[in-house]
Amino acid sequence: MQVRVQEGVFDAGVELNAFSARAEGAGAVVSFTGIVRDVAGGLQHMMIEHYPGMTEKAISAIVAEARERWSLADALVIHRFGQLAPGAPIMMVAAASAHRADAFAAADFLMDYLKSRAPFWKKEVTAEGADWVAAKDDDEAALTRWD
Amino acid sequence: MDVMYFAWVRERIGLPRERVETQAATVNELVAELMAREERYAAAFADTSALRVALDQVLSDFDAPLAGVREVAFFPPMTGG
Repeated sequence: MQVRVQEGVFDAGVELNAFSARAEGAGAVVSFTGIVRDVAGGLQHMMIEHYPGMTEKAISAIVAEARERWSLADALVIHRFGQLAPGAPIMMVAAASAHRADAFAAADFLMDYLKSRAPFWKKEVTAEGADWVAAKDDDEAALTRWD
Repeated sequence: MDVMYFAWVRERIGLPRERVETQAATVNELVAELMAREERYAAAFADTSALRVALDQVLSDFDAPLAGVREVAFFPPMTGG
């Protein structure tokens, strides 16, 4: 299991290949990459703030929970903070398992929990100013799927 | 204890962290003490249903006890992913 919280960019392809190589014999690898999307009015950049210390602990707890629920050979979470340009990768998750059902479910679970339980806050900066992204009720409701 | 603020809570209060000497027994009591200090605190904590709290870096509740806690953090709902 690997959890990385970093300011620098990452190459999702390189990360996925390395992860897949480490999970040799797993049979199934599912990955998701989140990318900074443009917004109405034109996004200049996104600022991501986080809570150093708690961030790593919270993500590790989420990954540990996923490993209890599904049979995973390995799991990877990378999440960036700082200033990110439109089109830049924000984060990625990958889950490796013997079969695809567990890998898909674990990756989906990791994404739902990272959205609402990992201490990151996004701010969108446009020509009109800077606004904190509000949490969506849907994101919180999504967690009940896993109860 | 150390009290930390993130995102718009940090901006509204105007600082990322501070040392607070308190006898507050619960998070709610600490919030009441902070709100009584100055308008910027009162504004930031006006609606605690819009806030989350972590005690020693673990998500908690506003009615949680503070005994033994060293680090309290207040922030809006998280927007990771």
